[in-house]
Amino acid sequence: MSLYQKTAHELHQLLINKEVSAEEITNSVFNRINDVEEKTKAYITLTKEQALEKARNVDEKIAAGEKVPPLAGIPIAIKDNICTNGVKTTCASNILYNFVPPYNATVMERLNGENVVITGKTNMDEFAMGSSTENSGFHTTKNPWDLERVPGGSSGGSAAAVAADQCIAALGSDTGGSIRQPAAFCGVVGMKPTYGAVSRYGLVAFASSLDQIGPFTKDVTDCAMMLNAICGHDPLDSTSVKNDVSDYTKFLQNDVKGLKIGVPKEYMTEDLDPKMRKVIEDAVVKLSNLGAVVEEASLPHTEYALPAYYLLAPAEASSNLARYDGVRYGYRNVDADDILEMFMKSRSEGFGSEVKRRIMLGTYSLSAGYYDEYYNKALKVRTLIRNDFNKAFEKYDLLLSPTTPSTAFKIGENTDDPVQMYLEDIFTLSVNLAGIPGMSLPCGFVDGMPVGLQLMGKPFSEGTMLRAAYTFEQNTEYNRQRPAL
Amino acid sequence: MAQWEAVVGLEVHVELKTNTKIFCNSSTEFGGDPNTHVCPVCMGLPGVLPVLNKKVLEYAVKAGLALNCEIAPFSKFDRKNYYYPDLPKNYQISQYDLPIAEHGYLDIEAEKENKRIGITRVHMEEDAGKLVHQGTIMTTPYSLVDYNRTGVPLIEIVSEPDMRTAEEARAYLEKLKAIIQYTGVSDCKMEEGSLRCDVNISVRPTGETEFGTKAEIKNMNSFKALQKALEYEIERQIDVLEDGGTIVQETRTWDEEKGVTVSMRSKEEAHDYRYFPDPDLVPVVMEDEWVEEIKGSLPELPDDRKKRYIEAYGLSEYDATVLTMAKEMSDYFEEVLEYFPQPKIVSNWMMGDLTGLLNASQVEIENCRVSPTQLAELLKLIDKGTISGKIAKSVLEEMVATGKDPAKIVEEKGLVQISDQGELEKIIEEVIVSNPKSVEDYNNGKKQAIGFLVGQTMKATKGKANPGMVNKLLKEKLDQ
Repeated sequence: MSLYQKTAHELHQLLINKEVSAEEITNSVFNRINDVEEKTKAYITLTKEQALEKARNVDEKIAAGEKVPPLAGIPIAIKDNICTNGVKTTCASNILYNFVPPYNATVMERLNGENVVITGKTNMDEFAMGSSTENSGFHTTKNPWDLERVPGGSSGGSAAAVAADQCIAALGSDTGGSIRQPAAFCGVVGMKPTYGAVSRYGLVAFASSLDQIGPFTKDVTDCAMMLNAICGHDPLDSTSVKNDVSDYTKFLQNDVKGLKIGVPKEYMTEDLDPKMRKVIEDAVVKLSNLGAVVEEASLPHTEYALPAYYLLAPAEASSNLARYDGVRYGYRNVDADDILEMFMKSRSEGFGSEVKRRIMLGTYSLSAGYYDEYYNKALKVRTLIRNDFNKAFEKYDLLLSPTTPSTAFKIGENTDDPVQMYLEDIFTLSVNLAGIPGMSLPCGFVDGMPVGLQLMGKPFSEGTMLRAAYTFEQNTEYNRQRPAL
Repeated sequence: MAQWEAVVGLEVHVELKTNTKIFCNSSTEFGGDPNTHVCPVCMGLPGVLPVLNKKVLEYAVKAGLALNCEIAPFSKFDRKNYYYPDLPKNYQISQYDLPIAEHGYLDIEAEKENKRIGITRVHMEEDAGKLVHQGTIMTTPYSLVDYNRTGVPLIEIVSEPDMRTAEEARAYLEKLKAIIQYTGVSDCKMEEGSLRCDVNISVRPTGETEFGTKAEIKNMNSFKALQKALEYEIERQIDVLEDGGTIVQETRTWDEEKGVTVSMRSKEEAHDYRYFPDPDLVPVVMEDEWVEEIKGSLPELPDDRKKRYIEAYGLSEYDATVLTMAKEMSDYFEEVLEYFPQPKIVSNWMMGDLTGLLNASQVEIENCRVSPTQLAELLKLIDKGTISGKIAKSVLEEMVATGKDPAKIVEEKGLVQISDQGELEKIIEEVIVSNPKSVEDYNNGKKQAIGFLVGQTMKATKGKANPGMVNKLLKEKLDQ
């Protein structure tokens, strides 16, 4: 087994036992990238030189007898909408094709504090709007399990990079499923923490009230380690929450006895692919056999989540993306005769069509005369959805569902039908509307493609989710399967 | 011909005097090279987030309380969306439907009437940057942007449409400025833009209760400009209506040079700001305890101070009003009193000679070269009889011009008052001898002739004679 195939916690043991060096690990990962990147196209920017320098730095610390943090020397990839000081951060958009932030996102500060090795910046749907990376302004990432299929999105590059062993773990962002859906499509573990658990400072905003940074990992243990590194209150983010969990790995117990799990019937509809249903039902049986109490639950307002989401998220986006106007940074049309023309040409040429579609949707729903009918009504629906979850969590510790209605679809299959593309997020976006944590973990395969099991919990119940996920993982083999590339 | 009345409401923006900006740690200092007081947050770079400066909230609450407002226990920030290159995010963080303070008032005096003007609301928002053109905005080949001012905290104070004349509007703005200055939350310097005023105005036949169509006027940089712009606009609207026309709802700008208001844009071109709650900021929850604490920290405000000047110092209503109108003036007065506790005398000198001299040289009291202690010294010299009041006037003139101590001026110029009885008697005798006609008049009952003789004595001493003693000694001599 090559080093690049290992998990972070395995590599940490090898490092502190001085069996391997961080430089060897980093070289192993970059060799892997060299071998498969042409197939997966997971990255936008690679930072090999800085990575090796950092790795050697970690090796010096270990050689000097320093105790290094669990993620020290571990190669990690970063979604390209998380600001990295001195390293291009494009959001996969032509309007930011040359943007180099003069500051780090708070999560980057935290990872740097852990002495993590950064491999590079991963591909995504432009400004995190999409479910396939086909909306990237630069290129489409391929699913490592089947290169003709999408890796999911918007954090498709991060998911594919982890699945193809082009990094050990990765960061993504999730506004309506952008971590969980690609994690499901690529057969890796993905977690969207509770809104406010991870600082959004330096995450380029799509929809501020829904965005949340989270990890992609090869197993649940690594997920807990990543949460340890990135969670915590940040004075630079007013919406970040003080939370006293100091170590998520202590929840990694192989035990779900007595855990109450609800399966919302609205997520297990007739439309669900029968093969998918079977995989999920098998997972339910597995958890029951391990001692969990699994029952049918209900989230009655589920059908309104999608329309509410597609009013609220674009509304916030229309305002968040207003700053890309060519005045201060990024792409500018230089032929414009006046400021208005410069704004219009720079934005028309810099943004891709899905981003423009959402800006128009959002602008419309906030406009005078439509605000109450659309934006305000969507806010009310959001409250109903939150109430649904609150009520369900009075009875259940966790909710369980498929992460997606189907496995990864073919590249180009949904590009002409935005609504079909939006439906990809149907099981994931309620979690963002409610602000609760959600995760996806590998739970089987349909026709050779991975299936994701989604767990949802009450705010700041990541620990309970980790415990259930860990137990499931310890008693199955799905996470150990890797695509043949 | 119908009688018309104007309906006027003001929207006033005041820059708060915090050290750092409203949502980041950049300096708020005025001036500075372009784009040196900036950071990723106020530049609106991708991914940054605003965090409310607690001092801004405290100052806004303080202003709200000084304006007799109710402080909202729950308020929030909203985004006002519009595109302009001086606005880095292309939205301004402001407060829309839940402002920090509402339902206040202030009292004004205009045309000898006291009147209470309602204050609708006070809300917090961020300032925009500044465009720098070559020449004018119409002819410049390109414009540069300076973001130093971006994110400087503002409060917007919106009045009720309670004013009926240009003079009332001016009195309102003067009073508002005084109150805000007293609280210390802003300098309120109109020339530096730390106090800016927009006005809404309509006219209607006297007795009508419905409002007419209003126009908004912007760009008035002084109290005088406000009053003149309003006088012009009221006249303009009445003329339009009397000629059978209709008022167009529009934004107009005041052209100071030409003395006219000019249309900027009509309602049809007005922005749809698409306000919505800013998801990057959490709602502002004010604890009662903190509101009380801020209330306790409010200094004496102009109305209270004025009342004290009248009741405790026995000043006239007019003097008390003028002395308290500007905080600098009032603070100066208070400081002089510390060293020379005779309010009426201090008031007379400040209202009279000092103000006259400052006006003549167009100097504001805060830049006056005569310190309050120096003025007190001067008044003490008069009080002790060292110099006469008349001499003091010329000494003050020199003090204003040079900033020198009064004692030094008196000494250098030999201005010490002659209070030596023997010396004065000698001079008086000479005056009596040289003016037999006046002495005769006096003795024949024309008692006022003594005035001429006093004048002659003062003249002989170049004004240095102690006028009280001259009077007394002359009388004694003549009545012998």
